[in-house]
Amino acid sequence: MSPHILEMRSISKTFPGVKALDNVSFQVAEGEIHCLVGENGAGKSTLMKVLSGVHSHGTYTGDILFRGEVQSFRGISDSEHAGIAIIYQELALFPELSVYENILMGQEITHGLGVTVDWNETVKKATEMLKRVGLKVNPEALIKDLGIGQQQLVEIAKALCKNVKLLILDEPTAALNEDDAENLLLLIKDLQKNGITSVLISHRLKEVIEIADTVTVLRDGKTICTLDARKGQVSESVLIKNMVGREIHKIYPARGNCVTDEVVLDVRNWNAYSPKLGRAVLKDIQFNLHKGEIIGFAGLMGSGRTELAKSLFGNPDGYELRGEMTFHQQKKRFKHPGEAIQAGLAYASEDRKGNGLILIQDIKSNITLANLEKVSNRGILDANREVKEANDYKNALKIKTPSVEQTVVNLSGGNQQKVSIAKWLFVEPKILILDEPSRGIDVGAKYEIYTIMNRLVEQGMSIIMISSELPEVLGMSDRIYVVSAGRIAGELSREEADQEKIMHLATS
Amino acid sequence: MTTQDLQKALNKNIRDYGMFIALFVIMTIFTIATNGLFLSSRNIADLMNQTGYIAVLAVGMTLVIVIRHIDLSVGFLAGFLGAVAAIGLSVLHWSILIVVPAVLLLGILAGLLTALPVAKLGIPSFVASLAGWLIYRGFLLLSTTSTGTINISDPAFVALGNGSIPDFFPDDSPFLPGLHKVTLLLGVLAVIWFIISDLRSRKQKKSYQFDVIPTDMLVLKLVLISAAIGFITWKLAGYNGMGWTVVVMLVVVGIYDWVSRQTILGRHIYAVGGNPEAAELSGISVSNITLLVFGSMGLLSALAGILFSSRLQSAGPTGGTLFELDAIAAAYIGGVSAAGGVGKITGSMVGALVYMSLRNGMNLMGVDESLQYVVRGAVLALAVIFDVATRRVKR
Repeated sequence: MSPHILEMRSISKTFPGVKALDNVSFQVAEGEIHCLVGENGAGKSTLMKVLSGVHSHGTYTGDILFRGEVQSFRGISDSEHAGIAIIYQELALFPELSVYENILMGQEITHGLGVTVDWNETVKKATEMLKRVGLKVNPEALIKDLGIGQQQLVEIAKALCKNVKLLILDEPTAALNEDDAENLLLLIKDLQKNGITSVLISHRLKEVIEIADTVTVLRDGKTICTLDARKGQVSESVLIKNMVGREIHKIYPARGNCVTDEVVLDVRNWNAYSPKLGRAVLKDIQFNLHKGEIIGFAGLMGSGRTELAKSLFGNPDGYELRGEMTFHQQKKRFKHPGEAIQAGLAYASEDRKGNGLILIQDIKSNITLANLEKVSNRGILDANREVKEANDYKNALKIKTPSVEQTVVNLSGGNQQKVSIAKWLFVEPKILILDEPSRGIDVGAKYEIYTIMNRLVEQGMSIIMISSELPEVLGMSDRIYVVSAGRIAGELSREEADQEKIMHLATS
Repeated sequence: MTTQDLQKALNKNIRDYGMFIALFVIMTIFTIATNGLFLSSRNIADLMNQTGYIAVLAVGMTLVIVIRHIDLSVGFLAGFLGAVAAIGLSVLHWSILIVVPAVLLLGILAGLLTALPVAKLGIPSFVASLAGWLIYRGFLLLSTTSTGTINISDPAFVALGNGSIPDFFPDDSPFLPGLHKVTLLLGVLAVIWFIISDLRSRKQKKSYQFDVIPTDMLVLKLVLISAAIGFITWKLAGYNGMGWTVVVMLVVVGIYDWVSRQTILGRHIYAVGGNPEAAELSGISVSNITLLVFGSMGLLSALAGILFSSRLQSAGPTGGTLFELDAIAAAYIGGVSAAGGVGKITGSMVGALVYMSLRNGMNLMGVDESLQYVVRGAVLALAVIFDVATRRVKR
């Protein structure tokens, strides 16, 4: 039997238009702690979904060998049955049920006939599991009353109950405070002593270095390298270099220097607290924007960039805000997106299908929605003017469609994104925030969007570009702010910035 | 044009014309089953007057469902406000000029009251309006139990639900004797207006190179619909002419249809229904739109209550029972979608007509009331299934 408990060989998986995994190989030795690292979009989650059966056998090419046998998982229950348990960042617990009900969910101990649950035995088993993970809570406590760190331990207890052999944890410490994170890592090491193999996906490189026996780096859907910590191959700089070290093949359209000295947006001591989430979302943010400038906001997903943009754009999520925003030399705080739009600020959201466009409506209605006054007389729509304006924007942005009366849902991703941008250009903003402007778009459309952005700043607009794509941030920004966990981790000029510096700040 | 072309064109446009076909089928069935009585002038006039209050409610309900809500309180609100009108006229002897506007205003306030917790606190409209259902039922009983059914004799008020528009031409003239000429004239004007506006919108669509139905289908469509308008008008003209209820219904439908299609407000409403988050981020206040739509629903509930109590010339403790379900059924038959953001005002009017035709026809046939409920429920289910099924095919 091979010393590897898990071998994934030549795994490839394609989604329409995107090759998420390209001939990936991934081996985990029995009893080790193996960390999987890579940027957003590198393929880590997809690989784990292939392993756990979420992407069932047949939807990918390549082989999975677990404990020496080829596996063809058709769903999570298959992989769980084999002894693989995966714990996601968004925990899969039932908040209104008790700890013991959650731990034994689906595996309750029953009386003889298998119809009624033997709750006494169930609670007993749950208590056993709680001991194993070192969680000192009443098994009858409700999940919703536990802290997130404790909830995570309940998830692990659940996995242990299923006799897990290979435990996969996706960003386990992302939502934890330092103490809880420390405890979790100790637990994982403890479980290792009991023969459980663990795979951790993590962006916290310091933790990776602390705990990993082996580290595999993925980039753009390919395995880049596997490093043995015991041989001293693992260090932060080596990891970052491999995570980002790609040639920047993409060419970005040239732009003259149109940055002026005039500061059009100045944000200081900006703090946001979310009552819904019960925690601070933005901490002491400080940045500024000049007329004619494109500034890039880089960072990992979930670092708080979208929250920052929305908090400035009328605060639709109802954060409690502190701090100052100076908009064109006037101190302001927009209470509603409508106010922001009136003042000349526009925000093109990252989730065009979710909250950017109205998919069941046509192109022209979507383009004009935020500024209907422009195509109306005293509240009454001028249908002809609307069509004309929509056609003008369609031509300017090269939106490929036979007519502006085409329903948006039928357009390709790239064209939908162009409609979204057209919508925000239609309000004639002075400052435009683009959140992930090229997400899910083919190369050709991306170039067209970059060209449009250049044209806009040449004509005096100022742009904030939020992007998780490093080459794009480097190729288009005059200055780059790196956001990490709700804070500005650093500011880089165009000349001094490179992928490694950004990633270093993003993971700090 | 081959039958294949006909089939293809039908499949493409079935969603828009489905309910007209249903209406035609239903009317045909009933005409046969009642030996023509269904299509008599008197019955058509009755049918149109009966449809009035349901159509008015359905129009308001359309917008409520469009913004992804529901209002279950409209039935007893209408009943209660009808009773308020009755009390104002018959007990307090106030002028109709005070009573009607006051009742309409009360309706708006009631709608806003239902909407406040929904808009500001995020309470599900199902729950908020269910509370309204109970509360207005209570108010209705409070206002009518001690006095029993309140009779209304104010002639102007009674004319709303029972009277017709005046005829300027003498009834015994040799030209078209026995027919209400003004009604016929209105019918002719309506047909002309319909043909012109349809041709105009077709021309516009062509200039943007959008698909239009083939010419022979166009002729068929124009002929059929003109015939329908003409037919109804002719029938109405044969019995006292167009009722005031019909006028009120057409005015309400006209205004609401125009607002929903031609104004910024209408766009905002449909945007909120299509994607509330996107609407909010586009600068639209979802909360204000919610208040407005429910306020309008309250207004139309008051209007329905007035029409209903006017028609019965009284207001009693059971007024408004199940109106909300009738309105919802009519809206769904008329093509509104539970997912939000979709639904034509004119569709709801036709939906109300379909729904009331069922009731009217079954009454004529002497069908037992219990069976009528079953049939109405079945038709509603079929309408929604049809709606969902054809929505998929079209894409």
